[in-house]
Amino acid sequence: MSPLPDSRRRFLQCAALGAGGLIAAPRLVFARAETERRFVFVIQRGAADGLEIVVPYADPGYARLRGALAIDPAAATKLDGTFALHPALVETAKLYQAKQALFVHAVASPYRERSHFDGQNVLESGGAAPHDVKDGWLNRLIPLLARTSGEAVAIAPTVPLALRGPAEVISYAPSTARQAPDDLLQRVQQLYANDPQLHALWSTAMDSRQMASPARQNPTEVGRLAARFLARPEGPRIAMLETGGWDTHSAQAPRLANQLKALDAMLAALRDGLGAAWAETTVLVATEFGRTAAANGTGGTDHGTASAAMLLGGTVQGGRIVADWPGLAQGALYQGRDLQPTTRLDALIASAVGECFAIDPERVTRTLFPQAVAFKPLSGLLRSFG
Amino acid sequence: MSPTRTAAEIALNRFGLGARPDEPLPADPKRWLLAQFESYQPLPPAWAQQPSSEALVVGYAELQRGVRDAGAANEVAARQALAVEVRDRYRAAVDARMTSALVTPAPFAERLVHFWANHFAVSIEKPTLGSIAGAFEAEAIRPHVFGRFEDMLLAVERHPAMLLYLDQVRSIGPESTGARRAASVDPERRRGLNENLAREVLELHTLGVRSGYSQGDVTELARALTGWTVGALYGPYAGRAGAVPGRFVFQPTLHEPGVRAVLGERYEAGGEGQAEAILRHLATRPATARHIATKLARHFAGDEPAPALVDRLADAFVRGHGDLPVVYRVLIESPEAWQAAPAKFKTPWEWTLSSLRGLGWRDLRGRPIAPMLAQLGQPTWRPGSPAGFDDIGASWAAPDALMRRVELAQRLAALAGSNVDARLLGPQLLPGSLGAATTLAVERAESPETALALLLASPEFLRR
Repeated sequence: MSPLPDSRRRFLQCAALGAGGLIAAPRLVFARAETERRFVFVIQRGAADGLEIVVPYADPGYARLRGALAIDPAAATKLDGTFALHPALVETAKLYQAKQALFVHAVASPYRERSHFDGQNVLESGGAAPHDVKDGWLNRLIPLLARTSGEAVAIAPTVPLALRGPAEVISYAPSTARQAPDDLLQRVQQLYANDPQLHALWSTAMDSRQMASPARQNPTEVGRLAARFLARPEGPRIAMLETGGWDTHSAQAPRLANQLKALDAMLAALRDGLGAAWAETTVLVATEFGRTAAANGTGGTDHGTASAAMLLGGTVQGGRIVADWPGLAQGALYQGRDLQPTTRLDALIASAVGECFAIDPERVTRTLFPQAVAFKPLSGLLRSFG
Repeated sequence: MSPTRTAAEIALNRFGLGARPDEPLPADPKRWLLAQFESYQPLPPAWAQQPSSEALVVGYAELQRGVRDAGAANEVAARQALAVEVRDRYRAAVDARMTSALVTPAPFAERLVHFWANHFAVSIEKPTLGSIAGAFEAEAIRPHVFGRFEDMLLAVERHPAMLLYLDQVRSIGPESTGARRAASVDPERRRGLNENLAREVLELHTLGVRSGYSQGDVTELARALTGWTVGALYGPYAGRAGAVPGRFVFQPTLHEPGVRAVLGERYEAGGEGQAEAILRHLATRPATARHIATKLARHFAGDEPAPALVDRLADAFVRGHGDLPVVYRVLIESPEAWQAAPAKFKTPWEWTLSSLRGLGWRDLRGRPIAPMLAQLGQPTWRPGSPAGFDDIGASWAAPDALMRRVELAQRLAALAGSNVDARLLGPQLLPGSLGAATTLAVERAESPETALALLLASPEFLRR
């Protein structure tokens, strides 16, 4: 949580911004900084399946491993001779054609186990191992940009780890009419502490609550809302959007299609809402880890390693895939089961952020990923500064 | 652990539907329960306003014909009219059920209605059932809760809802005059027996699964039941044999002729009376007594009831020839049902109902309650199978379900606002049974709303 005194924390109501009716949607968190450039981090909680989002249709291993789950390349949007985009990502495909989207494949954080919580901890903290670093890389980014101290607002009931830290953050919670407040949940937790049955049930419920997508989200409204903040000349320059529901152990085909449709709608609403400011915007979409290369026995996939990430926005040198493709041959798989990571997610983040705000890449890396061993930045992700 | 319960609290919450703050604590818990045998209302005001199943079946059939005759241009609108009608009828009936349970002078008796309706479950998963599931409870269950089991059984098996739900209306005796005539017209369209109702009568309604009946018994009962159907509104059987549309009728031309043998007993050919004789016999078999006794014991004395209690209830059932008040009396006198430890994890229906009663609701304030129950995982009259909803805690005590209850507790508490002081309400709803942890949590809550939500979500209130 923010170390600021309560008087400095502002809690805004959804209705105050005219976004009434929005229910417990993906959460938004903003940080203000003095620049025209905007950076948006969309986290996909639950381990999104990169192989089904950016489909390596030309890899002979793909159809073999995925069987019935495999996306029909004829239905997908061909990106190049190897990759195709999931058919639900209609607006994202348009961005790719307009050279405003690029996809990074076989990408992973330094985390190599398969726990969602630990994986998200590494992704958000920027540490080398879970719980090593206490605050988030997005928060540590703020002082690198600001010529005046930024102000923070909490709209989400809690600030996600990536934005937690000493720099002020405003968080904004879309209406939580249907969700019990965290305070109540914590009190219930205490109330059940000595009841073995309820304690066990409640712990599981709380775990999956953190994992699950907030119910009944309206992705378009969330995208618009984020855009409304970011488009303001004096508004925040950094935003974080949380999405959940990517943990597709079963019925993956319909669930993932719905997830991607929602993501696509959110990104489109963000683009449309930003208007001219879209040209100054970089959006990073990333998940804590990928999923098994092969389908499991329940029409889904299990926790894996490397996945795909997206960079979108008017700043992006898009229309291409950035991947050192390891292939899906049995011998090429990580531990014989997962897509082998060949690109570092921390390098992607550091490079995108550095190019977005024209900050020395080494300084960005040192600040955002203090424990990382030196890595080579990915250069030329964005168009150079006008 | 949760604290133990007092007798008054058990009477109110385990036997009843949950304490109301505006009703006095029973001074003599057992006498309070026995008095409800007399104060029970078979047709309470909220139900009296609901249409009969006959009217509902006819109304449904007319709308269905509207869909069929609509023509391409109007079909969507006609279908929509049908769907809206079914939904509205269903919601109104669920509201009548809930309202009756909120204001009833006899909450133990009302609980027994819910018990029996679940024993003889129908499900609105079948679209035709949507509008009449409530009327089934009102017409086939409610009048017989303090009567004899066999009368309830016969009312149930003759009710249009059950005949439609378990496909009895499709069952035709292969050697019946109707079947032979149809075959002579079109040999390809042979119709015959449907065993669905017969099987569930034996497996679920009377003897119980694996109690010694055979496939032969199922088929024989199915043959005897042919001709039991619902008066048609249109088609070849409309108006035959004095059939009133939407009402039970015995259609002799569909009945399989001949003598039947079920569980070794011989039943002479005799039209409608043949199946009735079999059902009356089944209703008093020892296996039926045991089946009913086990379910009642499980409902009041815990998921794994003591065998001695089951024996006692089964004996009472046999002794009284299925006279249900005799069984209830034995239940009320049984120490197993009064054990101080909480016996049951409330179902979503029970928890919602007890919450609304605890908050003093006397009506639903213009909001349909059915969506809330569906959200909590127990849509009324929509169990997944003819076996009804499970009556064991493991089926309801699940992480997501618990989270939903807490969220709903929060919403109900928000509606109550600061008008209700949970510190005072707690001891009223759980007299002598409120634990230290809940008392403390309620006292320390940051707002009246949170305190109230914690009370409704407390371990003591989640169980009975």
